Amino acid sequence: MNEIGDTRAAREEKLQGIGCRRKRIEDIRFTQGKGNYVDDLKLPGMLFGDFHRSPYAHARIRRIDTTKARALAGVVAVLTATDLKPLKLDWMPTLAGDVQAVLAGEKVLFQGQEIAFVVATDRYLAADAADLVEVEYEELPPLVDPFRSMAPDAPILREDIKDTTEGAHGKRRHPNHIFTWEVGDREATEQAFRAAEVSVKQLISYQRVHPSPLETCQAVASFDKIEGELTVWGTFQAPHVVRTVGAILSGIPEHKIHIIAPDIGGGFGNKVGVYPGYVCAIVASIVTGKPVKWVEDRIENLTATAFARDYHMTAEIAATRAGKVTGLRVHVLADHGAFDACADPSKWPAGFFNIVTGSYDFPVAHVTVDGVYTSKAPGGVAYRCSFRVTEAAYCIERAMDILAHKLRLDPAEIRMRNFIRREQFPYHSALGWEYDSGDYHTAMKKALEAVGYQALRTEQREKQEQFRRRETRELMGIGVSFFTEIVGAGPSKNCDILGIAMFDSAEIRVHPTGAIIARMGTKSQGQGHETTYAQIIASELGIPADNVMVEEGNTDTAPYGLGTYGSRSTPTAAAATAAACRKIRAKAQMIAAHLLEVHHDDVEFDIDGFRVKGMPERSKSMKEVAWAAYNAVPPGLEPGLEAVSYYDPPNMTYPFGAYLCVMDIDVDTGVAKVRRFYALDDCGTRINPMIIEGQVHGGLTEAFAIAMGQEIAYDEMGNLKGPSFMDFFLPTAVETPHWETDYTVTPSPHHPIGAKGVGESPNVGGVPAFSNAVNDAFAFLGATHIQMPHDPWRVWKAAEALGLQK
Amino acid sequence: MIPAAFTYHRPRTVPDALALLGAHPEEARAIAGGHSLIPMMKLRLATPGHLVDLGAIAALKGIREEGGAWVLGATTTQAELIAHAGLARVLPILRETALQIADPQVRARGTVGGNVANGDPGNDMPAVMLCLDAVLEVAGRGGARTIRARAFYRGAFATALAAGEIVTAIRIPAPPAKAGAAYVKLKRKTGDYATAAAAAMLSLEGGRIARCAIALTNVAPMALLAEAAAAGLIGAVPGAAAFAAAAAAAEAIADPAADGHGPADYRRRMAGVMVRRALAAAAERAGG
Amino acid sequence: MAKTAISLTVNGEKVEALVEPRTLLIHFLREQLSLTGAHIGCETSHCGACTVDMDGQSVKSCTVFAVQADGADLRTIEGLAAPDGTLHALQNAFREWHGLQCGFCTPGMIMRAWRLLQENPHPSEAEIRFGIAGNLCRCTGYQNIVHAISAAAATLAGASKEAAE
Ligand SMILES: Cc1cc2nc3c(=O)[nH]c(=O)nc-3n(C[C@H](O)[C@H](O)[C@H](O)COP(=O)(O)OP(=O)(O)OC[C@H]3O[C@@H](n4cnc5c(N)ncnc54)[C@H](O)[C@@H]3O)c2cc1C
Ligand code: FES
Ligand code: FES
Repeated sequence: MNEIGDTRAAREEKLQGIGCRRKRIEDIRFTQGKGNYVDDLKLPGMLFGDFHRSPYAHARIRRIDTTKARALAGVVAVLTATDLKPLKLDWMPTLAGDVQAVLAGEKVLFQGQEIAFVVATDRYLAADAADLVEVEYEELPPLVDPFRSMAPDAPILREDIKDTTEGAHGKRRHPNHIFTWEVGDREATEQAFRAAEVSVKQLISYQRVHPSPLETCQAVASFDKIEGELTVWGTFQAPHVVRTVGAILSGIPEHKIHIIAPDIGGGFGNKVGVYPGYVCAIVASIVTGKPVKWVEDRIENLTATAFARDYHMTAEIAATRAGKVTGLRVHVLADHGAFDACADPSKWPAGFFNIVTGSYDFPVAHVTVDGVYTSKAPGGVAYRCSFRVTEAAYCIERAMDILAHKLRLDPAEIRMRNFIRREQFPYHSALGWEYDSGDYHTAMKKALEAVGYQALRTEQREKQEQFRRRETRELMGIGVSFFTEIVGAGPSKNCDILGIAMFDSAEIRVHPTGAIIARMGTKSQGQGHETTYAQIIASELGIPADNVMVEEGNTDTAPYGLGTYGSRSTPTAAAATAAACRKIRAKAQMIAAHLLEVHHDDVEFDIDGFRVKGMPERSKSMKEVAWAAYNAVPPGLEPGLEAVSYYDPPNMTYPFGAYLCVMDIDVDTGVAKVRRFYALDDCGTRINPMIIEGQVHGGLTEAFAIAMGQEIAYDEMGNLKGPSFMDFFLPTAVETPHWETDYTVTPSPHHPIGAKGVGESPNVGGVPAFSNAVNDAFAFLGATHIQMPHDPWRVWKAAEALGLQK
Repeated sequence: MIPAAFTYHRPRTVPDALALLGAHPEEARAIAGGHSLIPMMKLRLATPGHLVDLGAIAALKGIREEGGAWVLGATTTQAELIAHAGLARVLPILRETALQIADPQVRARGTVGGNVANGDPGNDMPAVMLCLDAVLEVAGRGGARTIRARAFYRGAFATALAAGEIVTAIRIPAPPAKAGAAYVKLKRKTGDYATAAAAAMLSLEGGRIARCAIALTNVAPMALLAEAAAAGLIGAVPGAAAFAAAAAAAEAIADPAADGHGPADYRRRMAGVMVRRALAAAAERAGG
Repeated sequence: MAKTAISLTVNGEKVEALVEPRTLLIHFLREQLSLTGAHIGCETSHCGACTVDMDGQSVKSCTVFAVQADGADLRTIEGLAAPDGTLHALQNAFREWHGLQCGFCTPGMIMRAWRLLQENPHPSEAEIRFGIAGNLCRCTGYQNIVHAISAAAATLAGASKEAAE
């Protein structure tokens, strides 16, 4: 069955299965400029849509006049809320149980809000016409500071729900209040604090940022009036959900809606939600009978679609004098902007923020989160993050450093003293999660040794002495971060989106020649699914990965799935892939036994085929079995060789890692330079180390950007400051540090192949590493907490506050 | 981000360009590299009805030495300037500055003339031209004239150019003997305008500073010549104490706005830090 | 708006077209010529996703009007492989070194690297980083891109040495 003389190793290598650094299939088209992104699509007669947007953060709309816009040659239609209302599409539901205006009719609630959608024969004319829409406003006072949202005299933003006291997540205490979410044991936690030998308390803010993938959000909608069918190509991280929501909203039967997510130029959470642009393109196509393209420009992207974070977290830790933690209490003020459009599983208004106990064995904990409205863009997406896990990790990793500081303990040491121990897994956290597996001490020790941690601390002390003696104006910071993530949403017992359980799926078909087509319910945006899923199939079925074609993103062909975000593809769809393969393998085993004329219990799978137990020379390759599946199945068995799996994971997975950052800070300018960054990740079984490293590099770069400068900031009038790549901090190759990657492997016990997911770990663990390094540099002078982002002026100001800028 | 419509012209000679600019006095705008103007047009902060492209005018190109001075044609790109070995030998500060402007693609298109004429306080070349006491050669329908860089800037996007005039060349005197110069810029990332930047030139005689000029970028509505700061250094021994005094004098004339680079007080202090660092580098290069 | 006739060379082929003066080169390439390799990422001349080669220089085609390219010689990612389809060393190296993820920055990045290696055939890591600083990548963190460009430089150097021998 095998090439004569092929060793087992050679057979394995041919498969390009799990664990190998397989080169990516996608790259063949991308490196030749032959990707298929939404804006590349050109349909006959296609029109272009563009928005007229609000210049104000809060204003009543007195009048909208589209006469001039309509009069411009080439303009085909102009949509306003008045046009959408009869279709009941002037408002749309959000993933968080709120509603969002598709086009503002009565009031604008944030700068850049969509007011009119202009449709013209080309994008230049659409832009001209959007400028010609005239709107008369009555300005209202904006509400920018979330800490003022629930003040008695705060301006009421959402008049549409001002009298609703029962929100999607319980009681609302104020017209600008969205929800209060509470987890943990309040009383036991209070008790722990009363009994505490020491405690620390700190407001830790994680500023508003934006995922800004290099490709903005865009869509082409094409409605076929005769068949009553709607096809939408769009930047969708979750195409099936878009179809279902589309069917519910439009009344078009779900089978007549075709959602296609072609190649996506990065997502990072930006492309999970449903935006007014998509809805307007669809309506415009229905109204005009022509395909309509909508492409967001970068300013619109940063202004109106999908901010992330904006969490103001007051963290308190109770501990013994020996540095053993005894309780954790966190209150979060969550700024959700004008509409609650958070992209979380529906029952989780603050996502999985209750992972905030992190990697530490807290006996008790209590968390409350208050979501509030402000005059800012909606969003709250998981930017390279599993639903508020980045915020949680930042909170606990900063707070542990603050505790260490108070106790004069080394940050690494305090972590070692409080880690959940290996034998405690599966571990039940005080806030309700069951951590699947981990070995934190081993990972941390490996990391500390790799960077020569003790020597770095010695060097730092010398530097501090020199600084005190005024021989240098440079300080050194060492950032320690040890994160535990929770990814893979998720078990249907925990997670759904608008009522749909968050399973994922794979459908695998083995053709007679042994070639395979596999389709999944997820959607890659650069993660390399076409490559890695094929590797799993190769290992599971013994067919070379090169003979497997992976397809995602077309709702007509792919099995239903919930899409790709929150590092969920590996925990869910990769598991479904393995499960489907195992169904196929079971049938293949029957066929192989039939061909080998033995009982199926007497054959076993071996790399790329089946062999008779104890008689390895009697074997059938998977390729031979595939052929037989179409002409020689055993009696009673159906022909064919395919399977579908809808995988509802029994639990989330809990990747973890130890990150260390060494920074040199120029106190005179506030410029912080990363000298060294070491990242150890444990994501369980490693499917493709090359891709894992790439994910880590990318995620660390995003974390670096967030920690060191990224910010979506508003002035006191609610004007967005610097919404373009001129000001929004995206480092180039020059600013980006060099990354060192490392790993340990602690497989997930419940995942079919033991994999946990890695896409977001570097962002989750990276931000605290950078921030802790900045804080660490100044800690010896008494600083406890310096707020992010650590751009030069803020670092300089922090030094000034310590009296260093005289 | 789509520019408004306009009529495009591509004259071959300076007189033709001047005629076109004169024919549409309100509406016409010269375009050189386009890397300040086109972004403004895309935001519709600039909506010229006529664009007069200077790119095809041979007379505006080229770098040459003329009677001890260096003459840069207005449409010399930053990339051409960087690549010019002779210029880099005599006036390395120009290359040093150009390399701190934006990125390779922007430098491939952006011109020295555009950078100087634009009048944006964020542009880096104006401070260098103030520091080096460059002279701008200007042509208008009324004829040609020269304007010292030190008399050129009037405020944000306001210069001494009359309507319809263009800069044709920039003439930079050769630096004095035993001189060193440096341009030091603080920015947040590649492609960013300066939080603050300083150009400094000084020459030494007998271990003391004989001549000195200092200029600042982006800490006021226009590039500033820090005259008092430089005057205070004449006769001084180069070193940290003297440079700190000059930095303080420079900070005193800085009047930065708060923006994404930081609050005004920070930016003012950064002007001082940049001055100190530019002076230190210049002194070292001067052989001090 | 009246259109202007332009004639230029794109990937070695003569092209004649009518464009509105305000048409940006990137839109001309993508929409009129259907060369969709170069992308639009920022529109403010920061990201370099729209990078193409024009008269021997890398330019951001979102910041050049198509009329300004009249008479120019352009090369885009679509014209990088040899006429027989053999990929350029950079295209291979980007795949080999995992220098891309979502692929959106890739055409601009490779075109910039292509010019860089002609400006400086043996760049150091720092020179590569400086040379591609006009191109943003949101996915890779650049490290593998830098590797890929170094590797391609070595391959090209080897190839030119072979040719010389
Ligand atoms: C991403 C990015 C980053 C940048 N970063 C920097 C930076 O760090 N530092 C910096 O200095 N610049 C920076 N710039 C601006 C860049 O250097 C521009 O090229 C320069 O400011 C203008 O030169 P230009 O040839 O492109 O002029 P254009 O954009 O063509 O013209 C600019 C203005 O000057 C006028 N003008 C042009 N030439 C003449 C002339 N000969 N006579 C009279 N008027 C003329 C035009 O009418 C227009 O008003 C950046 C630009 C970009 C896109
Ligand atoms: S789109 Fe041209 S530089 Fe970003
Ligand atoms: S690969 Fe996605 S932006 Fe570079």
